[in-house]
Amino acid sequence: MRKDLVWLFVGVLFFGLLYILNWGVKVISTDLLVWVGAFLTLAILSFLYQDNPFYKFAEHLFVGVSAAYWMCMGFWNTLVPNLIAKIHPPIVKGVLPAIAEKPPEYWYIIPAILGIMLLMRLSPKAPWISRWALAFIVGTTTGLNLVRYLRSDFVGQIKSTLIPVIVLQDGSLTIGGSFSNIVVVLGVLCGLIYFFFSKEHKGMFGVASRVGIYILMITFGASFGYTVMARISLLVGRMRFLLGDWLQFVQ
Amino acid sequence: MSFFETIANIDRRVIFLFIGFAVIIPVLLSFSCTEEASPIVQAIFDKIESLPEGSKVLMSFDYGPSTVPEIQPMIDALLRHCCEKNLRIYMMALWGTGHNLISESMVDIIEHEFPHKVYGVDYVNLGYKAGNQGLINVILTDMKKMYTTDAVGTEIDAVPMMVDIRNLKSFDVILSLGGGFPGVKEWVLFGGDPGNVPVAGGATAVSAPLLYPYYPRQLLGLLGGIKGAAEYESALIKGYPKFKTHSHPGIDMMGPQTVAHIVIVIFIVIGNITFFVARRKEGDERGERGILK
Amino acid sequence: MRRQIPLVITFIVGSVLIISVFIPHKPFGRLGENFSVYFDIIAVFAFILGGGNLLRVHGNRIYRKHKDWPYSMVTVAGFLVMMIAGLFKIGGSPGITGDLTEPGSMFEELYMYVFTPLMATMFALLAFFVASASYRAFRAKNREATILLLAAFVILLGRTPFGVKLTSWLPGSLSFLEIPNLATWIMSVPNMAGQRAILIGIALGVIAMALRVILGVERTYLGADSD
Repeated sequence: MRKDLVWLFVGVLFFGLLYILNWGVKVISTDLLVWVGAFLTLAILSFLYQDNPFYKFAEHLFVGVSAAYWMCMGFWNTLVPNLIAKIHPPIVKGVLPAIAEKPPEYWYIIPAILGIMLLMRLSPKAPWISRWALAFIVGTTTGLNLVRYLRSDFVGQIKSTLIPVIVLQDGSLTIGGSFSNIVVVLGVLCGLIYFFFSKEHKGMFGVASRVGIYILMITFGASFGYTVMARISLLVGRMRFLLGDWLQFVQ
Repeated sequence: MSFFETIANIDRRVIFLFIGFAVIIPVLLSFSCTEEASPIVQAIFDKIESLPEGSKVLMSFDYGPSTVPEIQPMIDALLRHCCEKNLRIYMMALWGTGHNLISESMVDIIEHEFPHKVYGVDYVNLGYKAGNQGLINVILTDMKKMYTTDAVGTEIDAVPMMVDIRNLKSFDVILSLGGGFPGVKEWVLFGGDPGNVPVAGGATAVSAPLLYPYYPRQLLGLLGGIKGAAEYESALIKGYPKFKTHSHPGIDMMGPQTVAHIVIVIFIVIGNITFFVARRKEGDERGERGILK
Repeated sequence: MRRQIPLVITFIVGSVLIISVFIPHKPFGRLGENFSVYFDIIAVFAFILGGGNLLRVHGNRIYRKHKDWPYSMVTVAGFLVMMIAGLFKIGGSPGITGDLTEPGSMFEELYMYVFTPLMATMFALLAFFVASASYRAFRAKNREATILLLAAFVILLGRTPFGVKLTSWLPGSLSFLEIPNLATWIMSVPNMAGQRAILIGIALGVIAMALRVILGVERTYLGADSD
């Protein structure tokens, strides 16, 4: 551990020295905050070589900062205007004067109580109390999801699959359009057959299941291609920060 | 060790180096490419183009720093297009990080490039609210139940452009720019479908293939990853040549993107060649030992 | 009481939200809307719970001088600095009444120069690992793997201008074989069909699971009896 701390100290010192030296020549960015960002970026990238104190430092910092970030966001954007200001408006006079004169809505005590119950999860004596709030969260999520998934992802998708397999344009058959629609209809059917495990995949059912696998393989191949595209984009973004904002090699 | 064995057992850090250079060199050389809008992207452009002046566009910033390189170019292009068309822009976020990104986009695009636009009349920042799909479910029937103020603390009814807004159905189109959950899918399921409001999406390349089943019946168009952003930027430049001089990070990023794709394809090909050589060799050895007999 | 009341709460809340879709009038419409509002508010308490738990875990590590405890101090310090900057809106104009993300505020600066590089680079790292994994594991071992590989190739090349150049020599009558056109077709036809089959499967799973939860058949979310 001591060795880790020495490494960290040396690294920060080296970066600090570079920053000071740069002040004399002003070759690259002189913004201290940009340097902090660059240091943290390089600290994370250092994991590519192997696990090291810089990466561990950055990783732990990330965990702490992001937890506090979400807490603050939730507090100021939802808790204050949508809970505290509803139950007792005058209390937010100093922070949200625009809504401090509104009449109180005492119904909001219910989510306040449920929220405090949820925090009881941290209590060593009565963590079971948090189940009431958890039950509310689970009940809401399931209630919302059931109907919406049924409508959009089940009925909606079936509706979108019921399309003509013979496509006519200006009265004449279009082979490309018809072929595509046949692939869509058969692809969905065969894909579903592959996921149907209550019947043995033999005979015609087995053939359909096989076609389903091929369709799914194309789907996964496309997803893989898009995943690569996404990850490269993120790397390009970071490199543009390092080479542009920090080193100022590019505009 | 044979050449193929050496290649097959190459240290992963060598591959990392290649990928690093494949990105760094084109960035340094500012290598970029031209793009052409595909139908799924053009559909969004055409929709924005067809909206009459003063139409209400709800833009949801459902992403964070992890996906900024992919989504931000879409946001910039869409904001420019909406401002140019004199549409009213309502910005909100299902992700906390989206709140910061709204502020940044407001400064960088609207205030900087369209200084004549007035806050509260032409655009408004509604900020972040917690609740994911729960939030969409609330604003589906009553927008002001959750949005009692805008992001800077002005009472919601004191914002001129919010006066005639009741719920999601008050908007002409919803633009969800998302990096995952909650994102475009949740807007389709909980907002667009039940509210019968057209939804257009911009998504990371990871989630874009998952959204194709909604197009075109439930999703009027989709910008998929940096490619989608570059295509929209191209469509915008084609429609409004004055934007050619503005920043277009999507088009700029397609250069390094192309080189990195080619490098990865080459790696996969080399990997497969070594695999087949090894398999053949293994087969020969087995044959010699009589295993295959 | 520890298990029965939560089951009743789940049943009532879930049922009301379903009924409110079919009877969007009083009292169900109003109740459904209120439940959604409460849900949004309770979600913030979950953030606070997360923060509290983080402090408890890392506080324990520091107290017990656990291996790597100085890193736990980094976590706690990062948490406290960000929280103080955010809760007191330090540095922003016009102070506590302004927006949390006001340009120039400490919270915004921490977001821009600490949170953003950390989060963005963490995800950018995956580019390297995806490339390495492609090299080592992406093999045309059998027919299925070959189809997957070919689809990935078409997408990887077809989504770049290089793909356009590669097959631009093809005559107009064979333009559908151009790699970008093939990529577009793969995305909007077979990919869409496969994704739709998966989507329908997932929807059925979500519906079945939701029913099990609402009816109290599925109780794992309540945790163990000892909790």
